[in-house]
Parts: sequence; structure tokens; C-alpha cells
Amino acid sequence: MEGPYIEPQPPRAVVDRLGEQFPGAVLEVAEFRGELTVVVPKERIVEIARFLRDDPSTAFEMLIVVTGVHFLGRDHDFEVLYHLYSLSRNHRIRIKICLREGETVDSVTSVWPGANWPEREVFDLVGVRFHGHPDLRRIIMPEDYTSHPLRRDFDVEGGPSDIRPGGRRASPGFRDMESV
Amino acid sequence: MAAPPPSMSPAPPDTEDALHGDTMTVNMGPSHPSTHGVLRLVLTLDGETVKGVQAHVGYLHRGMEKIAEGMTYNQFVPYTDRLDYLAPLSNNVAYILSVEKLMGITVPPRGQVIRVICCEMARISAHLLWLGTGALDLGAATVFFHTFRERETLYNLIESLTGGRLTTSYTRVGGLSRDLPEGWTAQLGDFTGSFPKVLDELDSLLSRNRIWMKRTQGVGRISAKDAIAMSLTGPNLRGSGVAHDVRKTEPYSGYEAYEFDVPIGKEGDAYDRYLVRLEEMRQSVRILDQALRRLPDGPVSVKDPKITLPPKERVLTSMEELIEQFMLVTEGIKGPLGEVYHAIEAPKGELGFYIRSEGDKSPYRLHIRSPSFINLQAIEKMAVGGLLSDLIAVVASLDPVMGEVDR
Repeated sequence: MEGPYIEPQPPRAVVDRLGEQFPGAVLEVAEFRGELTVVVPKERIVEIARFLRDDPSTAFEMLIVVTGVHFLGRDHDFEVLYHLYSLSRNHRIRIKICLREGETVDSVTSVWPGANWPEREVFDLVGVRFHGHPDLRRIIMPEDYTSHPLRRDFDVEGGPSDIRPGGRRASPGFRDMESV
Repeated sequence: MAAPPPSMSPAPPDTEDALHGDTMTVNMGPSHPSTHGVLRLVLTLDGETVKGVQAHVGYLHRGMEKIAEGMTYNQFVPYTDRLDYLAPLSNNVAYILSVEKLMGITVPPRGQVIRVICCEMARISAHLLWLGTGALDLGAATVFFHTFRERETLYNLIESLTGGRLTTSYTRVGGLSRDLPEGWTAQLGDFTGSFPKVLDELDSLLSRNRIWMKRTQGVGRISAKDAIAMSLTGPNLRGSGVAHDVRKTEPYSGYEAYEFDVPIGKEGDAYDRYLVRLEEMRQSVRILDQALRRLPDGPVSVKDPKITLPPKERVLTSMEELIEQFMLVTEGIKGPLGEVYHAIEAPKGELGFYIRSEGDKSPYRLHIRSPSFINLQAIEKMAVGGLLSDLIAVVASLDPVMGEVDR
């Protein structure tokens, strides 16, 4: 079955171009529902971002949004996704980097100033630090908040790190019953 | 007291000191009538001139992205009503289209046309509210009453369509919660017939109004280059002269079959953004007329017991349908492994949902790319160097909705 959208041809040429320009930097390419996801090393994100913006064959002038994903029990703890869009060539791509707990990644605000708030949001809610960000403060949660709510071990009802053995999530009411 | 800068024209020393002394920090918000929600702006003022703006958001944070991780795909639809609460129908469509992209589902033609109608009604109603309150902020109270009268008509239509005026929750994975009520298309036809006249009235009230022009022209200016760099989308980007509209560049729900123009501005100031939104309402009326003409017969949802609920009367009489309904409600729809991002042109700009699925009945991670959040970060660029009273016009012309900013 086709999706409910007019599927633009995924810009596979961008991946080839990236591979030519940065040998060894294309770690993994995934294609799903006409969307391309390219995994690149986190150390090279800024130069890759600058190339993707400035090269006329890629021309990703616009950073749509930055997304952070947290994982439990994997090789990497975080993924940071940069959703890019090219106004002049009308194509999209998703650049992905993988991080371990405690690692930082360089901010792309020098390439796309619009990355400012999205990166702050990823820092606030997921807990990834962006090196070189001009103003890395919490943006959604209060300044004195200590946890990162969009991590997988953050309980939606109870607060930080309260997943029970067997995967049962504790609700505050559930906890009260046990402490009685 | 700081010494006067050397470029200043000579003036008596005491006056100079009084005019160009220390800056003052002022809080605007979190509950200021012109911020349309809980937006707090910390302003650094030198007299009447804005030297710095720091926006503080998050007062309306409800953790929607976290909540989505524990819900089935259909259960999350009501939460999308509360994103941009001025255009809930548009949010419903945006969310469900990304879920359907993940699942690989195509909705029948009638369902697609009704979704287009929903999106355009939402656009008109959101722009009307923006126009009414925006003009009210700048002292033009008459406009407010005209726009709210028209919104009332639209809200009555939305109410008879979905059962709720604000909390529409109209879409479902694979279609819509119900078909159009009887006689509804005729009522919408009446609206699209009479509304262009109202738009002309609004146009004549404001577009050549000297006070309105003085308050908005040259205010909050942003160049096309800066607008792209700051990731602006929607009318805020088009006001700067960039003809980008997701409905044209990446059509969804059959938008490629409709004729409409994408209005753009030139100066990138508040006045141009006003003109763009005004014209967008005219174009939405055009789309609504075309949609009403082409509305095909047939089902609005796909007929697949694994995706959509069976008809209620069958559930009560037939074992097969009872099981199907039970399984769908308790188990939900399992998504495939993968990640998708789908964007639509919402009234405020590009509204996109990123869904990461690990093969479960609920998303592993759901991220909402809300246009207001991204647009609002340009406020510093737009307001600094202007006057404090112009800041009201800048906020109004950016059209942020805090439900969407804070999520």
C-alpha cells in the first residue's frame, strides 16, 4: 500500500555526495517510506552540516527541527536527529548521530541559527549537551528542575527513574498502597 | 551613568544623561493581554527602545510527547486538539497523517476531501482569531466583532461535524470518526458564499487604514535570508517573500488537485504578514469551494478490521465484529519498525510529527515540530532596536499559540 502522501523521490544523490566529500563519514543509510536517514559520526556534524547547507546539489538551507531520542540497553544511549529541508531543491533528509551518556555534541547553531531553541529543548527534555551553544539553558521545564522527562526511565506518573522489575510502571497511588 | 556615545549630537549634558542612561529590565507577561497565553518576555529597555528580548516559555507544558509514549495511536488524537487550540482540526489531520505514513495506509477519496475541508476551516478560523485579537491589541476594536461573528458560524459548523467546538478529535487512524452530517455541505456552502464579502469589509477596515499602516509597516522586519536561517515557516516566512507552502511543495490528502495561490509579502514586516494571512483566507475559501464541488460519495475510512472499528450495530449482533472491536480497542494498532516525519501546512506554519516506532502499539518516541515554538525564537531578531509599543505588533504578527509552543 502507498502512503497518503505524494512521495518525493528520496534524495539518494545527497548520500553519494556526502560519501564523496567525507570518506568514511556515512556510517549507515536507512530508507523508510521514502525518507532517508543518514548516520554520521558525531565529531564531524558541524562540517557535514555546513557542507549540506552550502553545496548547491544538497542546499539544505533550513533546519526543520532537532529531535533527541533516549534508549535503554543499547549500544548508544541517545540519538540526535536533524531534520533538514531544502527550499530550492524541495527534498528532505534526516541526519542522525549516536551518543553515549555523558558525551557532548557540537552545536549546529553556527550553521543554522534556528537550531537555538530546538537544541535547548533536546538538552532540557532528553539531556544531551550541545558544545558551543550560545545559550544552553532549560527552555520548557523550570530552571531548577533536575531531571530530563523524555528519558525512557522517567515515569510518566511518578517522576524520575521508577520502573519496577517486570516493566510495571509505578503510579503514585500504587506506591502509596505499598508503603502502607 | 554611562557616558554619551561620541556619535550623538551635542546636547546639554544633564538631558543627555537622563535620556541615555542605564537600561531597565521589565517583565512583560507571563499574563499580559497581548501575549495571548502565558508567554513571558524579559525586556531590556533603554527608554522606549527595546535593547534585548529574552523569551521564557514552558508555562503551559503538559508533557504531551511523554504521554504519547504510553498510549495507542488512536488514544493520542484528543491530545492533539490541545496543541494549537485555535486550529484543532488541522492538528488532528497532521498527527493522523504521520501515523498513516508510518503504517502505510491510504484513506478513501471522500475521507481525504473532508480532511482538506477540515484543514481549511481550521485555517480560516485561526486566522480570524489572529486578525481580531491582533487588531484589538493595536486598538482597532471593531475588527474583533466582525471576525468573531464569522468564527461563530465556523464553530457551529465544526460542532455539528465533530460534536465539539474546540475539542474536535475528528480523525482516526485510517479515516474519520464519522461522515458529514446531513445538510452540512449546504451550510458550509452558505458560509463560503458570504464570507468573501466579510473579508472585503475587513480589508477595507484595515489595509488602507492610516493608523494600522503606521503601527505595522516597517515593524518587526525580517529578511528572507534571516527568516530561512531562523527556520520560520508559514505566513511568517511567506511575509518575507519566500513562496514556500507545504501544500504545494509536498502535497498531502490530494492538495495537488486544488487550484490556489500562495500569497507572499515583500518587506517581511508585520503589515506584510497581515496581508499574507488575509489573502490566505481568500485562498482557503477557494479551496473549500472546490472541495465541496468534488466531494465524492463512498466511505470516509478504510474497511480493515485491524485498523478501523466495525459499525456499532454489527458489533452488537455479530460475534466476529465484537471480537474485532474488542481486539482493536484493547490491543491498538501495532506500527512497523521505523521512523517517519510528516508535515502539513498548519495555519501557523509547518506542523510535523516525528514518530519512532519499535513495533509496539504506542510510539517509542513522538516529537511534535510545532511551528509556533520555532517561529517564536525569531522574536529577538524582530523586536530588538524597535520601540516597546511596537513589540505588541511584533508578537501579534508572529501569531504564537502557547499550547503549541509548550506542548
